[in-house]
Amino acid sequence: MKGQQKQEDRYEIRFSGSGGQGLITAAVVFAEAVGVYDGKYVCQTQSYGPEARGGKSKAEVVISSKPIDYPKALELDLLLAMNQAACDAYFYDLKQNGLLVVDSGLVEQHPTSRIIAIPFTDIAKDEIGRKLVANMVALGAVGLLSGQVDLDNLEKALLARVPKGTEEMNSRALQRGIEEARKINLDDLPRAVMSDDYDEV
Amino acid sequence: MSEPTKQRYLLQGNEAIVEGALTAGCRFFAGYPITPASEIAEQLSIKLPAVDGTFIQMEDEIASMGAIIGASLAGVKTMTATSGPGFSLMQENLGFACVAEVPCVIVNVMRGGPSTGLPTSPAQGDVQMARWGTHGDHSIVVLAVSTVMDSFTVTVKAFNIAEKYRIPVILLSDEVVAHTRECVELPAKSEIKVIDRIRPSVPPDWYKPYEGDARGVSPMAAFGDGYRHHVTGLIHDVMGFPTQKPREVKEFHLRQTKKISRGFSDIQMTKGYFLDDAETFVIAYGAVARSALSAVQEAREAGIKVGLLQLITLFPFPRRTVAPLLGQCRSVLIPEMNLGQMSREIQRVNQGMCNVVKYNRIDGKFITPREIYAQLTKL
Amino acid sequence: MPIPAQALRHKYLRHNKKFPHVWCPGCGNGIVMGALLRAIYRLDIDQDDVVLASGIGCSGRMPTYLDFNTLHTTHGRALTFATGIKLAKPELNVVAIMGDGDATAIGGNHFIHAARRNLNLTAIIINNSIYGMTGGQYSPTTPFGSKSTTSVYGHIEHAFSIAELAVTAGASFVSRATVYHADLIDRLIEQAMEKRGFAVVEVISNCHVQYGRRNKLGGAVDMLKRFKEQSITVNRAAQMSPEELEGKTTIGVLIDRDLPISTEEYKKVRQKAGTLKEKV
Repeated sequence: MKGQQKQEDRYEIRFSGSGGQGLITAAVVFAEAVGVYDGKYVCQTQSYGPEARGGKSKAEVVISSKPIDYPKALELDLLLAMNQAACDAYFYDLKQNGLLVVDSGLVEQHPTSRIIAIPFTDIAKDEIGRKLVANMVALGAVGLLSGQVDLDNLEKALLARVPKGTEEMNSRALQRGIEEARKINLDDLPRAVMSDDYDEV
Repeated sequence: MSEPTKQRYLLQGNEAIVEGALTAGCRFFAGYPITPASEIAEQLSIKLPAVDGTFIQMEDEIASMGAIIGASLAGVKTMTATSGPGFSLMQENLGFACVAEVPCVIVNVMRGGPSTGLPTSPAQGDVQMARWGTHGDHSIVVLAVSTVMDSFTVTVKAFNIAEKYRIPVILLSDEVVAHTRECVELPAKSEIKVIDRIRPSVPPDWYKPYEGDARGVSPMAAFGDGYRHHVTGLIHDVMGFPTQKPREVKEFHLRQTKKISRGFSDIQMTKGYFLDDAETFVIAYGAVARSALSAVQEAREAGIKVGLLQLITLFPFPRRTVAPLLGQCRSVLIPEMNLGQMSREIQRVNQGMCNVVKYNRIDGKFITPREIYAQLTKL
Repeated sequence: MPIPAQALRHKYLRHNKKFPHVWCPGCGNGIVMGALLRAIYRLDIDQDDVVLASGIGCSGRMPTYLDFNTLHTTHGRALTFATGIKLAKPELNVVAIMGDGDATAIGGNHFIHAARRNLNLTAIIINNSIYGMTGGQYSPTTPFGSKSTTSVYGHIEHAFSIAELAVTAGASFVSRATVYHADLIDRLIEQAMEKRGFAVVEVISNCHVQYGRRNKLGGAVDMLKRFKEQSITVNRAAQMSPEELEGKTTIGVLIDRDLPISTEEYKKVRQKAGTLKEKV
């Protein structure tokens, strides 16, 4: 792609879903782990509608070994979609062979067979006991699948951000997400069907 | 690198402005909630009282501007923060701060306008308003930030300029910079130069609050310090009393202009990239300078001799830096998230020397490096 | 004990400011200015510790003539500047001097919020029912049916009652006098400046040039006589029916109550913030 930092220098993640799902928090924790603890360059941005709850919500993290000029995502390496609307809206922003990670309980129609579906919300509700921490289950999975962050640092960053008294619950949620993601073999995923020159059109 | 180094933080642009303000010695903030600037008020409401400072949420932006002027007159470094609609309301008392030479910093986190506009989208539409928004001829300093680190360092500079020259300084941020989180390493306090206003050293009877020293700036007494004097929005003589005498009115205006022009080398800040052998160049500021840097770097790799001049000081317009480049280069590209507010300044200075190409976006979307690159290849 | 007028003039008037002032002969502003000076004299407050902040209009010129820390702000905004000064230096005695249009039209929002916020400030509002300096246009206190240069057919809006507005907005101390009752103004300003909290003194004043003339109310003396006839003390008013009070001006202290002052409350905020900082 002409006119921007070479893509190999950038790794781009988008956390998307609806307001109130804690996606911005997840992105901030991720960025803090990568930037403050791992010591890489990172930019975290977000956009949301005027609603505090509901509506569209997305938060992005761009990671690089070099200073980042353009702070927003251009072509996603990983898209986390926590509902169908987000999956439909942002799927086309994924680059060739980017990873699509969805909440299998909330995203029923899959735009591609190259997809990682994990029931984040169900795990949070049934196993951790709080639906609220679905974002942290997802964060754990994204942390592992992206390969961009030291998982111990991800936990440290998480514990530094969450309210006192909720550390244990959040930490369990994160670990469950990591555990679920470990079950996935990325090499088993189908390759993208579209050819490489598609995005040059 | 698993333990965080002590001074490495993940901060939003707005949070970095707060840190910069506190480091510069800001101890009073008055504001009114508005997207996308509210984080500045929220953070200062927590942090100012902890350093014996004062935070107050006023009934509107007119009142916020009045309150920071009042506090500054009482001897405290002050700031307010807002976005377009609030900045419109501040213009009245901003003029007062100009006329009465009251140091203060006004942060405008730009969003799409006019009117309520696009509250959560970035724009650079308030640039000319920052320069000329309040009525009447006046001198003012307008600075623009493009990264989180800038948001810290330029805020400190904004306070230093305000205090040194006794003027209001406008700091323009935008929705992109304000809400982007980046890792920054904040310098130790001892590494940062902080300037305080000069206080009078003469006995109170000798004090002339608006006489001006060699630089054209008068020492500033605080209310309650024993230097009883008069402060007014009317054009005034050296004692601060209203005057309509043509000679005194003219002197008043000339001193205010001169004190800024004498400080050009200090006030006008720019950053240059790849300019030495540039045949064409880009002038950009704010968030757009980030995209421009990406595009310029890519173009250099492709063998295009292009440079970038990033403006930190928008006004007084850094003519002495810009003019030689306009003479040196074939073309200049000016990408802006408005319909060409800074390109007017550049065209004014250009006088036909260089081919001026505008690239403007006003749809609430941030200009990407790709778009700038595409323009560069056409220069 | 009467205060020698000459001593007052020598102490408080600015000798380096060329008089005469901008006020018309017979204007009530001078009476209020004299009352303010007598109050400060009796309270024996150091001139360095007094800030006078005014807005725009005839009343706005008052601080210019007086030897204190003086601030002539923008129209309607005196209280916003005063708020900043008071918060930055709570030890200063800050007095805002405003007119009726200044305080309740363009500055109406600031006025009610200053009262609600309850800073330890004094607000003196000289209410002459008209915009005098700009040529006699109707103000928020111009009576229904009155004539002004923008209501030549008779005013069709109703007037604010400033003191009552301040009571409702939450001021700690609210009082009213007229320029006929010069001694009462001194006493009210004295009480207001001593009061811990937002304290209001509304002074009904005469603008015979712009208001009196157009409404056939005579000259300054005629208007002052009318103020005397119309005025009724708070205590007497309390025993009268609304019908009997029609057209009367209640004078005296309307309310005097002790409420938390925001500068004092902010000290607690600083303590909390300080402890929080230690914990983090």
